Amino acid sequence: MEIKKGIAVSPGIAIAKCLTIDAEDYRIPRRSINPSQRIIEIQRLRNAFADAIDELTQLQTEHQALEKQKIKDILAVHLRYLHDRSLRKKITDIIQTELVTAEYAVSTTMRDIASNFAKVPDSYISERATDIYDIERRLLKQLLGSKREDIETLTKEVVIVARELSPTQTAAFNKEFIKGLATDAGGRTSHTAIVARSLGIPAVVALEDLTELISGGDTVIIDGNRGIVIANPDIETIRQYEQYSQEFERLGHRLDTIRKKPAVTRDAVKITLLGNIEFPDEAEMVLQKGGDGIGLYRTEFLYLNRPDEPSENDHYNAYAETVKVFEHRPVIIRTMDLGADKYTQNKRFVREPNPFLGLRSIRFCLQNLMMFKMQLHAILRASVLGEVKIMFPLITNAQELMQAKMILRDVMEDLDEESIPYNRDIDIGIMIETPSAALTASTLARDVDFFSIGTNDLTQYTLAVDRGNELVSTLYSSADPAVLRLIRTVIQDAHKAQIDLSICGEMASEPEYIMLLLGMGARSLSLAPPMIPEIKQIIRSVTIEDCNALVRKVLAMNSERQISSYLRDAARKVLPEAF
Amino acid sequence: MKIRLYNDLFLLVIWMGILLNMLTGDNILENGLCETSVEIKNADGLHMRPAMQFVDIANQFQADISVSNNENTVDGKSIMQMSMLAATCGTKLKITAQGSDAEQAVQALKVLVEEKLFDEPPPGDKEK
Repeated sequence: MEIKKGIAVSPGIAIAKCLTIDAEDYRIPRRSINPSQRIIEIQRLRNAFADAIDELTQLQTEHQALEKQKIKDILAVHLRYLHDRSLRKKITDIIQTELVTAEYAVSTTMRDIASNFAKVPDSYISERATDIYDIERRLLKQLLGSKREDIETLTKEVVIVARELSPTQTAAFNKEFIKGLATDAGGRTSHTAIVARSLGIPAVVALEDLTELISGGDTVIIDGNRGIVIANPDIETIRQYEQYSQEFERLGHRLDTIRKKPAVTRDAVKITLLGNIEFPDEAEMVLQKGGDGIGLYRTEFLYLNRPDEPSENDHYNAYAETVKVFEHRPVIIRTMDLGADKYTQNKRFVREPNPFLGLRSIRFCLQNLMMFKMQLHAILRASVLGEVKIMFPLITNAQELMQAKMILRDVMEDLDEESIPYNRDIDIGIMIETPSAALTASTLARDVDFFSIGTNDLTQYTLAVDRGNELVSTLYSSADPAVLRLIRTVIQDAHKAQIDLSICGEMASEPEYIMLLLGMGARSLSLAPPMIPEIKQIIRSVTIEDCNALVRKVLAMNSERQISSYLRDAARKVLPEAF
Repeated sequence: MKIRLYNDLFLLVIWMGILLNMLTGDNILENGLCETSVEIKNADGLHMRPAMQFVDIANQFQADISVSNNENTVDGKSIMQMSMLAATCGTKLKITAQGSDAEQAVQALKVLVEEKLFDEPPPGDKEK
C-alpha cells in the first residue's frame, strides 16, 4: 500500500483499477509491473513489433514506385531492426528481469543503443542515433496507440493515472467508464483539473512520482476531497473508503435539496457563504452550489501554465467573465499571490533559500510595479461591471498596506487620464495571514473596508510549521490554541472597527470548524464551492447560542488534541453523515 | 623411426594446409570453423545500410557467424549488434563462422566488405 499526497482539484472518491497513459512525445517513466503481468507485457511487445512491421511493410510498398533509394534504404533498415531477434530478446529480458512495462523496456533499450552511436566520433555513424529514435517511436506509437484505443473502448470502470494529460488524450475519453484522474504534474488550473471538474469526477494532481509507483491494473483510490491517492490499498482501507464514498454520495443527493435555501442558523442569524475560485469557469459552480458571491478569486492562474506574461486584456477578460456571472453580488479579487509554493519552477525567479519567508505575494508585487499596476488597471476596469472588491494578500505591516494603496491611487489617476470608467469607491481589503497582521489588526482596520482571514498561512506562520514537510506536518493544526486566539482577536478587532470580515482559509471548508468560527463571531465564510451545501447544512442545524457555548469551552482548553477531538464530536452530533 | 617420420610428414601436411589458408586469408581451424580478418574500406564505415547488407548476406548461410573488433564480439546476423560495432573506415574486424557452409559464408562476407565496399566509394573518391 502506497499513499501519496497531492493537490485535490475535483472532489469525490473513486476506487477502481488504474489505466496508466503516457504522452507520445514524453520520456517514458520507469514503471514496475507485478511478476504475473510479465506475460501480458511481453505479449504487448510482440503485438507492437508485429504491428510496426505491418505498418512499415505497408509504407515500403507505397514507396516502391518511388525512385528515392534513400527512403527505401531507411525503411529496409528499420524493418531489419524490427525483425532482429536479438533486439527483441534484449527488450524481453528487461521486462522479465527488471519487471517493467513494455514501453519502458523499449525506451530504455533503444536509448541505450542510440547512446552507443552517439559516442562514436565519426559523425556519419553517430548521426545514426536518429534512426534508432525513429524505431523507438514506431514501437512506442504501437504500444501507446493501443492504449489510446483502450481509453476509447473501455468496458469497465477505471481511474486514469498519467504524468500529465493533454487535451487530445482527454478528448478521447470514454466518459462513462472513467471514474477519476491522478497526475504527477499539474496544479489547480491544469487541464486535468478542468476536465475532472467538468466531468464531475474526483481528481488529484501534483503527485510527483505517482506514475513510477503505479502500474496498469493496480487498484487505486483517488480521494479528491483530501488530495490523497492510495495505490494497492489493503482490504480494510478499501472497505473504509467504500463506506466513505457511499456516505459522500448520499450526502450529495440530500444536500441538493438545500441549495436554494438560505444559510441561516436555527436562531435566524444570516451567514454569508462565498466561494473560493481559481479561474473563471468555476464561478458558475459557486452559483449552482448556492454561494452568495466570490470571497476569494485567486488570480495566479493567469501566470501559470503559459510561457508568456498575460496582457492587461487577459486580466480584464478573466475578471469580466467572472463578475458578469455574479452581477450585484460581491467578487473579491485577490492580487497576485506568486512566489513560495506557486510559480517557483519559473526560471525568472531566483531560487530563494527560504521562499515562504521570502519575496512572495504582496512583497513581490511591490517590487514588480509594472506587473502589479497592470493587474490593478484590469481590476479597476472590471469594477464597473459589478460589485468588485480588491484584496491584498500577505500584508505584514501598515507600511505595506499604505504602499499598495498608493499604487492603486496611481493607477486610478492613470485611468482618469485615459477617461476609462471605474468604481472610485471600490472596497479595499487585506488578507490577515501573518501573526504580525493579526496582532496589529486594530490599526490595520482603520485603513481598509474588510479583512479576510487566510487560515492556512496564518497557521503555518504562527506555528512555524511547513505543512508540506512530512517530518513536521503533524504539528500543523488550525485548532492550535495560539491560532484560535489570533483568529478571535482579528474577528473582534474587525467588529470594533465595523468593517467586514470573512474567513477564506481551509478552516471554512471543514465541517468541524464551522461552529467554532460562528461562535467566535464570523458571519461570512468563503470556501471551496463543492463544500458549500455541506457547510450550509451545518449552519442550518445550529444556533449561535450553541456556537458561543462551544467557543467558551474551547478557549478554556489548552491542547490542540483536546480541542480537535471536542470540535469533531460536536460537529458529528450536528451532521453525522459528514464524518 | 618410420612411425615418427610419418608423424612428421602428417604434421607438415597440416602446417602446409594452414600456411596455404593464411595466404588466401581464410583460416579453417577445424571442421566447420572458419575465420578471416577484414578491413572496412568504404569512406562512411559500417553504418546502417552496410550493416543491413552484411546481415542480409550472413542470414543466407546456415553457419553461425560472429564478428569482433578488439573489444566486442557480436552476432553477424543481427543488424542491431552489427551496427553497434560502429566500425569506421579503417577498422579491422574478425569474422568467424561455424557450420557446414562456414567457408562460403566467410568468403561472401569478405567480398562484400573488401571488394564491393558495400557498393560505396572509398575515402579518396569521396573527397573528389
